[in-house]
Amino acid sequence: MSDRLSVLKTYKLYVGGKFPRSESGRVYEVTDAKGRWLANAPLASRKDARDAVVAARKAFGGWSGATAYNRGQILYRVAEMLEGRREQFVAEVADAEGHSKAKAAAQVDAAIDRWVWYAGWSDKVAQIAGSSNPVAGPYFNLSAPEPTGVVAVVAPQDSSFLGLVSVLAPVIVTGNTAVVVAAERAPLPALSLAEVLATSDLPGGVVNLLSGRTTELAAPLAAHQDVNALDLTGADAESAKELETAAADNLKRVLRPPVARHRPSDEALRAAPSDAVDWTADPGTDRLLAFLETKTVWHPMGV
Amino acid sequence: MSSAFDYAPAPESRSVVDLAPSYGLFIDGEFTEGTGGGLRKTVSPATEEVLAEYTQGTAEDVDRAVQAARRAFEKWSALPGAERAKFLFRIARIIQERSRELAVLETLDNGKPIREARDADLPLVAAHFFYYAGWADKLGHAGFGPDPRPLGVAGQVIPWNFPLLMLAWKVAPALACGNTVVLKPAETTPLSALFFADICRQAGLPKGVVNIVTGDGSTGASLVAHPGIDKVAFTGSTEVGKAIARTVAGTDKKLTLELGGKAANIVFDDAPIDQAVEGIVNGIFFNQGHVCCAGSRLLVQESIQDELLDALKRRMATLRVGDPLDKNTDIGAINSAEQLARITELAAAGEAEGAERWSPSCELPGSGYWFAPTLFTGVTQAHRIAREEVFGPVLSVLTFRTPEEAVAKANNTPYGLSAGIWTEKGSRMLWMANQLRAGVIWSNTFNKFDPASPFGGYKESGFGREGGRHGLEAYLNV
Repeated sequence: MSDRLSVLKTYKLYVGGKFPRSESGRVYEVTDAKGRWLANAPLASRKDARDAVVAARKAFGGWSGATAYNRGQILYRVAEMLEGRREQFVAEVADAEGHSKAKAAAQVDAAIDRWVWYAGWSDKVAQIAGSSNPVAGPYFNLSAPEPTGVVAVVAPQDSSFLGLVSVLAPVIVTGNTAVVVAAERAPLPALSLAEVLATSDLPGGVVNLLSGRTTELAAPLAAHQDVNALDLTGADAESAKELETAAADNLKRVLRPPVARHRPSDEALRAAPSDAVDWTADPGTDRLLAFLETKTVWHPMGV
Repeated sequence: MSSAFDYAPAPESRSVVDLAPSYGLFIDGEFTEGTGGGLRKTVSPATEEVLAEYTQGTAEDVDRAVQAARRAFEKWSALPGAERAKFLFRIARIIQERSRELAVLETLDNGKPIREARDADLPLVAAHFFYYAGWADKLGHAGFGPDPRPLGVAGQVIPWNFPLLMLAWKVAPALACGNTVVLKPAETTPLSALFFADICRQAGLPKGVVNIVTGDGSTGASLVAHPGIDKVAFTGSTEVGKAIARTVAGTDKKLTLELGGKAANIVFDDAPIDQAVEGIVNGIFFNQGHVCCAGSRLLVQESIQDELLDALKRRMATLRVGDPLDKNTDIGAINSAEQLARITELAAAGEAEGAERWSPSCELPGSGYWFAPTLFTGVTQAHRIAREEVFGPVLSVLTFRTPEEAVAKANNTPYGLSAGIWTEKGSRMLWMANQLRAGVIWSNTFNKFDPASPFGGYKESGFGREGGRHGLEAYLNV
């Protein structure tokens, strides 16, 4: 029996391709499903959120301008890197969500496969979302989707890894950059994902991950004038209304929380609408298409 | 400027339009009186003559209309798509039949030149109904799943710049997808929507499928806040668009917004100058500049600035401003005293901030609301006339040296509705089109519209698209 003392990991934020602590110096205790201490995660501040937006904006030009093929390659690389660290994520997801090893493994496998699925979309989405338009005149007329810009994502609270990947991958594969608020009580799989992203050729700033209080971080992101869109999947119904209201200030595109809008009377679902989502189900193209703008170009034809 | 030939007026007869002294609200297939909001007057902006009175819809009226639309929804949405299509085809045909009447009516109520109402608005209105009629029985092939469903009752609020065309953009896709609608036309231009109600009756459209509630902004506010609607579609100012977005926050109402713009029209040194001048004129003076996608910022490459501006001024001197019903008229009346005051104030700010103002000499009529076509040179990006939407015949000229600078200046706005590029170099045109953050890019043309072509903005110009397959999404539960 070895009595070697293990080396614990200091979990950090992921902003602009770097791993800073919160500028506030704050941390909060993260426990497993049974209440046992797992780590001290950074308790990110409003300033960290703003820094993350700056990083995401800076990365937008390069990432949206990269070829779709290149973005697809990088997302596939994320899957490759995850596969190599599968055991780590199985352990972290099991701890975070109180799952058995087998159930956690199923979640991680599904998450890896989800990266592969979305990677393949990079150079196809324009072909399903764009069109050649037969206008009544001598004009070439083409509509094509473009990324919306900087997307702030409130990640699902219940599915700390598969849920996170399911909302993040569709945002970035089309060329958006993201600022993600990780699941408040279970941020560790998200913070570990940052280590994978950082070693997958993903340019710094394309994905920025924050841990902390969802309400504290989502509010400045929803009100931020340089954020173009807001994914409220992990927000409760009450704060979702406030955040959507704040988002109107610069007309952010808002993806409302799932289910709550269909069953607003169910108290449990109002508190955590994303709990009702089966993240293992076929994701379809909804999330992929939610953060795109359609640009239509006209040009006369003639000799 | 002397010319070889003098124009003789060629006025379109207004006898084709039979206006009633006053109009009620069109609810549940009937014109009914309002419930206490009283009557408002709509005037011809060219003469300030009162054309008719119409009803100020109240919250109670809106509620009646929403209930009528709700009652009609079940049957309308259950109709086979092919049957809904035939209603829309009928409407399109009746619009074609009555297009002269509607064009004159639109010109009377809005102040736009009859040439534009006749040649642009009305053909596009009919085409829009034809286009979406054809989708009604093909929705399963539109890329939104095998059986996409309508949303329910759509509350639609439209502006005064293209009253009937904006109605068509809203009503045609809504009905094709199986929704019913309550539409609130603009306060200063209610008449063509009320005539459209009559077209719905002629087409035999089931009662309650289309309801028209007239009134001012408070009527629109009641409509978008009504808990019984499932969809809000608004075209108008960014300020009101934001207020509507706040109103629907936290509800399950689907929202599409088509808002303001401050489009850059970018002219490179290799552009065909004569064509570019026509495009610039069409871009900013079409419809008196009351166009959300108007090319209100001319970005001209420094090396051709003098040549281009000389040509532009020569062309502007030939524009005919005056009686909108005169078929010679290029620029009609400003739609309202309120809008004229806003244009006047912003133009004054342009001068006060140091830009140089120029207009061709032109005689403006003594009554009505008029503003001469105006050009500002020496404009900087900080000037209000370079940042704020004027929504009038006022063009701000800025210069650039490199394509990168043109892109940076063009994108330096919270808006992102449209942009224009003038160059003969294809690779540069495509590069520019790629870099510009705007929903519609016109290259070597401007202000072209078509029902098959999606229209809508980036950033604070709103979200959602109108037109084309993309336009269906706004009215389907997807």
